[in-house]
Amino acid sequence: MMLNINDLQARVEEKAILKGINLQINPGEVHAIMGPNGSGKSSLASVLAGRESYEVTGGSVTFDGKDLLDMSPEVRAREGLFLAFQYPVEIPGVSNMQFLKAAVTEHRAHKGLPPFTPKEFLAFVKEKQQLVQFDSQLMNRSLNEGFSGGEKKRNEILQLAMLEPKLSILDETDSGLDIDALRIVSEGVNKLRSKDNAFLIITHYQRLLDYIVPDFVHVLYNGRIVRSGTRELALELEEKGYDWLKEEMHLQEPVQ
Amino acid sequence: MTNTLTSPIIAQLPGVFEQHLSDRKQAEPASLLTQRDEAFKTFMLKGFPAYRTEEWKYTNVAPFLQEAFSFDTTTTVANTTVEELLKAAIPAGLDAYTLVCVNGKFQKELSQVPAEADVQITTVSAAIEAGAYAPHFNTEYDYKHTFEDLNTALFEEGMMIVVKKGASVDKPMHIIHLYHHSSPLFAQTRQLWVVEEGAQAQIIETLVDPASNNAVLFNNNVTEIVTEATANLQHYQLQTALHHVRIVHQTRVHQHEDSVYSHFAFIMSSAAFTRNNIDIVHVGEHIETNLYGFYLASEQQLIDNHTAVHHAKPNCNSNELYKGVLLDKAVGVFNGKIFVHQDAQKTNAFQQNNNMILSEGAMVYTKPQLEIYADDVKCSHGTTIGQVSEEALFYLKSRGIGEAAARNMLVHAFAYDVTAQITVPAIRKYIEQIADEYLDTFANN
Ligand SMILES: Nc1ncnc2c1ncn2[C@@H]1O[C@H](COP(=O)(O)OP(=O)(O)O)[C@@H](O)[C@H]1O
Ligand SMILES: [Mg+2]
Repeated sequence: MMLNINDLQARVEEKAILKGINLQINPGEVHAIMGPNGSGKSSLASVLAGRESYEVTGGSVTFDGKDLLDMSPEVRAREGLFLAFQYPVEIPGVSNMQFLKAAVTEHRAHKGLPPFTPKEFLAFVKEKQQLVQFDSQLMNRSLNEGFSGGEKKRNEILQLAMLEPKLSILDETDSGLDIDALRIVSEGVNKLRSKDNAFLIITHYQRLLDYIVPDFVHVLYNGRIVRSGTRELALELEEKGYDWLKEEMHLQEPVQ
Repeated sequence: MTNTLTSPIIAQLPGVFEQHLSDRKQAEPASLLTQRDEAFKTFMLKGFPAYRTEEWKYTNVAPFLQEAFSFDTTTTVANTTVEELLKAAIPAGLDAYTLVCVNGKFQKELSQVPAEADVQITTVSAAIEAGAYAPHFNTEYDYKHTFEDLNTALFEEGMMIVVKKGASVDKPMHIIHLYHHSSPLFAQTRQLWVVEEGAQAQIIETLVDPASNNAVLFNNNVTEIVTEATANLQHYQLQTALHHVRIVHQTRVHQHEDSVYSHFAFIMSSAAFTRNNIDIVHVGEHIETNLYGFYLASEQQLIDNHTAVHHAKPNCNSNELYKGVLLDKAVGVFNGKIFVHQDAQKTNAFQQNNNMILSEGAMVYTKPQLEIYADDVKCSHGTTIGQVSEEALFYLKSRGIGEAAARNMLVHAFAYDVTAQITVPAIRKYIEQIADEYLDTFANN
């Protein structure tokens, strides 16, 4: 098993957000997490990536057998966990190229590999750039500064391609993408899929799942996974919306 | 309330000055001797600046003036030692002329100077004697800082640089101010630079006081600069001195019509105390002034930058950007004055001071001070004090970049607006490298 989330509970600013998540992901699998806004999808991604504002109050997470929650965010990344941000951060003054170089160098050092020579690095960037059709003009610009929504998301997938993670978490990568960009990004992701890596795709809409076909679909609601199934579950949600879920949940859980 | 600064130097000074004056009776023009005498009287009347007074509100200079200082700058130092030290002071890959001063005196035989047709280097006293440049010496505008008076009274021969009319100096001139002393030294150094009509030059300054001197250096420097019509001067101050160095540097610039003066202050030293005063006076129209600064302060350092731009004529622009990063228990002070006089219509004056505080114990006092007496002007100012963005830090870390490296990147990014203005690539590289080393030292402490 690659990722084993066991009864994970977390809070932010005294507010309980994740209320006992269970999820297992094996190499080669693609899982999708769907759910209404505010249900805790990004929070789950943040806790897995190690965002410090979240406090884990219970449960455990192992990643390739190691205690994930014990690692700093940078070590999680070097161990092969990647989060494509819902809202990529703009960092004026740090060039995209310089940033990618630093990240790749750290990953290589972690694997005991020497840094790329400038020439090797350029060739590597070029290859990955083509995968997501990333505009090379953006490489020398400040990281994400003034990028359009679509450019930011492509930049996330470019980073994903360059860092070659074991587990990639895509947090609403489809939001803000037009249909062409969605297709390019999805094709990029599909090319990166292998029997050794896994994907956790967070999305609000089923649209993305037409392109990146998941093995499993989970529905997150109010900090818990309330339903798991196969692709059909996503189609069902698309058809019925989330309201029926809410009603069903209220019947089970008395309103406080 | 009396608020006077006590220092053993005060009692010492009359004797020092008398000796100084009698040593110079034969050699110096009477006009200079008179100015020295007047300046000394003024200084004795005012004394060292007292803490909490208007211009020294957050900067107490007293603790830095308590040693038994010597005022004797005469020295004999082996040329081989000097050459070693110089090598270390020159940024890698910098192709520049080197002008070497030891204890404030220009050393021609150690220097590589530009062609005499382009640049003339003499002493301040010789220049005053010759008469032509005398009016540029010891000029007053608004008011004088008391350290300036002390400097006028006590400086040795001083260094005069004239960039000749129309000359465009092919390489930057790097002035290396080297100090050699074995007891605490109070050095009054003086420079007078004139960039004549249409001339262009880049001047870089570095102060070197090696640890082997093993004693405090208090350097009270005054640099007076004139940019004549259409001249263009870039002035880089690379302040990288060691802990035992204390600095009061006064830069006073008179700009004539259509001239450009750009000042770059990079303060990345371990010097315990730094006070930089820059006063710019516009004496013509269509002038451009650029003031860029970047300071990094750690441990218990005190770094104080005071700048003043006097817009006295119409149609001039000034642009100021100072950025600082404060670590440990360091204190930063920024005071930026912009005076727009009644005549100075169509002035554009911008000022920004941004600070990043990386430690809980660090502090910064920042104050923009605009006085505008003309009505058709564009002026703006802003100050910020902030921390490293946690969002940005997490983003970098989530890509495998370690905490310290991520912080370094964000500090470089913060400084970027300033470092991007550097037009000499070797200097830019040097600044970025020194900043890296500085932050690494901080991260490893
Ligand atoms: N920093 C925060 N402080 C307080 N509440 C937060 C914070 N971050 C997220 N939340 C809350 O946590 C809940 C889950 O948010 P989020 O994980 O972003 O949901 P989703 O991604 O499913 O839309 C929401 O109710 C949101 O308001
Ligand atoms: Mg979300």
